[in-house]
Parts: sequence; structure tokens; C-alpha cells
Amino acid sequence: MKKFTQHQGIVAPLDRANVDTDMIIPKQFLKSIKRSGFGPNLFDELRYLDEGQPDQDCSQRPLNPDFVLNKPRYEGCSILLARKNFGCGSSREHAPWALEDFGIRAIIAPSYADIFFNNSFKNGLLPIILEEATVDALFQAVEANEGYQLTIDLEKQVVIQPDGTELVFDIDAFRKHCLLNGLDDIGLTLEQADAIRDYEAARRQTAPWLFS
Amino acid sequence: MSGKTLYDKLWDDHLVKQNSDGSALLYIDRHLLHEVTSPQAFEGLRLAGRKPWRIDTNLATPDHNVQTTDRSGGVDSIVDPISRIQVKTLDENCDSFGITEFKMNDARQGIVHVVGPEQGATLPGMTVVCGDSHTATHGAFAALAHGIGTSEVEHVLATQCLIAKKMENMLVRVSGQLGVGVTAKDVVLHIIGVIGTAGGTGYAIEFGGDAIGSISMEGRMTICNMAIEAGARVGLVGVDDKTIAYVKDRPFAPKGPQWEQAVEAWKNLVSDDDAEFDHVVEINAEDILPQVTWGTSPEMVAPVTACVPDPAQMSDPVKREGTERALHYMGLKPNQKLTDIQLDRVFIGSCTNSRIEDLREAAAVVKGKKVASSLKQALVVPGSGLVKQQAEAEGLDKIFMDAGMEWREPGCSMCLAMNPDKLGAGEHCASTSNRNFEGRQGFGGRTHLVSPAMAAAAAVVGRFVDIRDILSA
Repeated sequence: MKKFTQHQGIVAPLDRANVDTDMIIPKQFLKSIKRSGFGPNLFDELRYLDEGQPDQDCSQRPLNPDFVLNKPRYEGCSILLARKNFGCGSSREHAPWALEDFGIRAIIAPSYADIFFNNSFKNGLLPIILEEATVDALFQAVEANEGYQLTIDLEKQVVIQPDGTELVFDIDAFRKHCLLNGLDDIGLTLEQADAIRDYEAARRQTAPWLFS
Repeated sequence: MSGKTLYDKLWDDHLVKQNSDGSALLYIDRHLLHEVTSPQAFEGLRLAGRKPWRIDTNLATPDHNVQTTDRSGGVDSIVDPISRIQVKTLDENCDSFGITEFKMNDARQGIVHVVGPEQGATLPGMTVVCGDSHTATHGAFAALAHGIGTSEVEHVLATQCLIAKKMENMLVRVSGQLGVGVTAKDVVLHIIGVIGTAGGTGYAIEFGGDAIGSISMEGRMTICNMAIEAGARVGLVGVDDKTIAYVKDRPFAPKGPQWEQAVEAWKNLVSDDDAEFDHVVEINAEDILPQVTWGTSPEMVAPVTACVPDPAQMSDPVKREGTERALHYMGLKPNQKLTDIQLDRVFIGSCTNSRIEDLREAAAVVKGKKVASSLKQALVVPGSGLVKQQAEAEGLDKIFMDAGMEWREPGCSMCLAMNPDKLGAGEHCASTSNRNFEGRQGFGGRTHLVSPAMAAAAAVVGRFVDIRDILSA
């Protein structure tokens, strides 16, 4: 997994609540058996005016000029500013894969759906939670300042605004450790193989029907 | 010290290790797989040179991509080459790792959340995971069940565990008696309308109260299935006699002395009387009417007797803009009656409502009637090959076809339109599925979530009608 330590980038504001994973990456693109290549189809139905198909050359498709990621001022953005309950709906990990493949490294929102939130950490994508009023203020700052950038320092758990003020965020200690070091969960869990075997041996005694 | 909730008990029973940083290692008893969220996990396993920890806990079936028309040619009969490769990849992965799979032409194939309980592969007290958010369904059996992403699918394959963090406990208590024509689907849509699409985020929701007790196992599955639409990964119902009767004699269920031992253990799978929940929501069963969603989120729901809301009356700007956007997408006007919405298609199916009781409920409404001529299509898609067989044994297929509905092969079908069953742009659909998101059932498609009885009634009339008027007629 890609490490996340510090990141500075252009912020794009996606001003709608309850953005679901069907919206982030529509179902026809889930037919791929690969983990990469979803970036051109991120927010496909919002981003293009036609209906997208898998394996299509997206460079020839008509863009929706009103969609935030198509606006020249947000070109090259790597931080997505979003509203509450971002990533609700399906468990598809294709959603963080698409965001990451597009170039998004962090999201800032007041809340996330649980499965999306969890999936993001497995892919080096940092979902930051800030209070609704703070997110509101960031939306205003982004709208008002072309080229608005934020800096994220995961070690210090702060989002640094252009004037140097810092917005502190909370993060689970284990997830922070994994992101900072780019650690593979499976490798870590397999270090506990003896504990898993001990659990199985004990459980086999109390619930043998789960092992027959 | 207060007692334990059902969720507390399930968590404690599966805790391999609690780490000091708050994370925990949780043991997984059942891992269900389908073709969409597993290929990258199997590839990851191979690249790392790892093997599945415990083959026998895995059960797979293709469901999302499969066509619901003739499939006598097996996987090769899937027309879309990309879909075909995905189903073939599941077949090959299961064959090479030795995982039990119900392939396309197996009578046991179906939607993974219908197949698990039907086979007794879902048992009370288990942890059940699957790379699909509707895994919450299995919580109806007092199993700790939730959706996971593909990285976690790989993690479970490799370690039989998940790295987890304990959720909070929420009780949604539905008290009183449900009215005639009010089904499990209406109960859960009403609950989502009350607590909102993020109301359950971070919680395991237990559904309790005498109204839940009165609902069948299949109805409880419908309710737990949509816990995720209220933001909760986990929905639960405690064990009672209905739970045990449903599980008994199913192919994967324990037999003989182990059955007796299991039943003894399962009886404890209820929240203790003195258990404390972090949050309690009280719902009066009498307040629940047949529901119809009008918007693009499951919380945008109202009784069939109501009108489309008026965003101009909303003070919260985020909610107002969301409603305006939804009405624009849905092609609806503020204050329009829900019963005035003209429908183009009807879909009866999905992991929410494709079990035998759902089909019986729909068939009872359309029996001896005809689908409205204004409809382009009314699809009935059973949840599994065994549900299909049962329905045909009862003559339900004939009732549907006589009414002018299409009787199909099992799969996820038009719930998410990864197969050829989809809505055209602008088409309104009365659907028994679980999500009314933009584009969910097809690019530009407009979904209205309803119960099977309401969908069947809508098919006959061509627009929404109050099922209670039909039942009392």
C-alpha cells in the first residue's frame, strides 16, 4: 500500500450530500477483474454527458462543463472536499480505486459511510473528518480563491490552510500507523497466526458444528 | 454491570485478540463470494503466494452479471464478453482453490444473500461477511454479518479474520401490530425515513419489539438487508422459535447431536433484558403505511397516500438542494401525488425481495389480472434456482405469465443492472430492490422502491396505488 505522510494539493469542492458509490463509479465498470484503470470513469455519470462503457476511450467523450472536476480551475486536484455521508451505498472498493487512480489522495468531509471509510484506508486514500461548520468554511474558501491548496500532515494530524492555521483531525491509531508506513494488513494479521489457531481450537470445543 | 446486547455477545464470541490501540482481530465463520468483488482478492492472494486459511468456510455463486433469460449454455451463454470473463474468473478461482461454488447452471445458484440462508450456510451466532453491502441480510439469523471491500475479501481468505473496531449499539423497537397490506419492506423503508440514510452510521442496529417478532424470517431478512440503507453495516434480530425452525434440516445446518447442542447455544442469542443500547429508536407499528420512495436516496420516502415534498418548504440548504436535485432527476414536481406517477417498468426481485414469500405476495395481487398496457415490462426474477423451482411447483410462474409478466432465471438483475436487465433514461420503475440512487437501475433510470405487493399492484394499474384499497376491495 502507498504510504501517506504529508500531502499538499489543489482542493476540488463536490457540493452535495450522500454521494453514493454508484455515483463514484457506476456498475458497468465493476466488471473489470483488475484493480487499476478506473480513474477515467470516476463520477462517470456526472462527468460526461453520454453513457459510458467499459474499455472506452474517454478522451473523445462529451464532458459536462458544469461538473466540478471538469472546471479548469480544479485541474490537477488531489484533495476532494465533500459533504456528509460521503461514499454511502455499495461496498465496492472500486470507489476508492477510482478516486486514487484519478489522483485523489485525501478527502475532507463531515462524515463518511462506514464501508467506504474503511476501504479508503486500505488504498492509501486518507478520509479526513472535520466538523460541518469547518467544512462549510472550507467550501467558501475554495470557491473564493482560485488555485486554493491545502496541506495535510498525517503525523501531526492537521490540515494546514494557506494562511498557516491548522485544523486538527482525529484518526484511529492503528489506521494512522498503517498509512504512515504503507503497511499490508494481511502481513500484520499473519503475525498473529498462533492466536488465530488458539481461537479455533477453543471454538471447536464450544461450537463444533462450525468446524464439521 | 448491565447485561450484553446481542451484538456484544456476537462480538465477544469472535474476538481473537483485542489490541491496545482499539483495533481487534475478529474471527470469520462464513465467507460468501460472488464474481464482482472477488477477482482482485484472488489475484492478490496469488501474487503474495498465500493460500486460503480455511477453504470450508467459503461459499461462492455468480449473481450480479448473469443474464436472467435462457442460460442453458452456461457461462459461455453470457453475451457481454466482459461480464463473461468476470463469471469465468470466479469459476476458475473457485476451481483452483477448491472453494464450493454453485455455478450458473446449478439449481442452487442465485443471489448470494438468498443462497446463504436457503442452504443453512448462514447460521445463528456466526460471523458472516461478503464483498457486498447487503450482507447485512444475514443478521436476521442473529449472525454478525456485514459487507466488506475487496481488500478485506483477500484478508479473510488469507487469515480467516478481519481487523475490526467495535460499533455502537442501536435498538430500533417496532411496537404494536402492523396494518393489513403493510409488509417488512414498508417497515424498513419507514425506519430509514425516520432515522435517515446516515442515521445508523457507526452502529449495529438490532430490530426488536413485538412487531418484528411477528414478522417471518424472510421478512426479517428484508429488514436487515436494508439496514445498510440507513447507514448501518449490521442489522440484527434475536433468535426465536422462527429462527430455529427456518434453519432446521437445511443442507449446511448441523445434524443429530450437534443440532441439539447448537440450538441450546443459539437460544442465548438475544439481548439481555438489562442490556444498554447507545441509542434507542421507538417506532409505532400502527404509524407505518405502505411506502414509496420519490427521490434518489432511500430516505426520500413517503406513504403512498402522500405527495412529493416541496423543497421550497425546507430550511436546511443542503437538504433543499438535495431535494431539488432529486426531483429534477426523477422528473417530478413538488406536491404531486405519488399515485399520479406513471410507471414504465416494474421489477420484482433482488436480495431484498426475491424469496418465495415475496413472490407469493406479488402473485396474490396479480392473480387473474393483467399488467397495465401502458407498461413496457414487468419482470419477476426469483432469488435462486430453488426459489424458482418452489414458485413453479406452486404455479406462481403461471400466474405471473398469465398476467403478462416475464418470469426469469435467478440473479441480481435490474437491482443494479450489471446484466442486460436495465431501465432506459427517464423511465420510472416500481422496484422491490433496495437502492434508488441515480443511474442505479440504468443510465438516467428513475427508481421507486416499494414492497412486492405494492409493485404487483402498480403493475396492474400502471401507477402506484394503495395496496390496502386493493386488499379491501
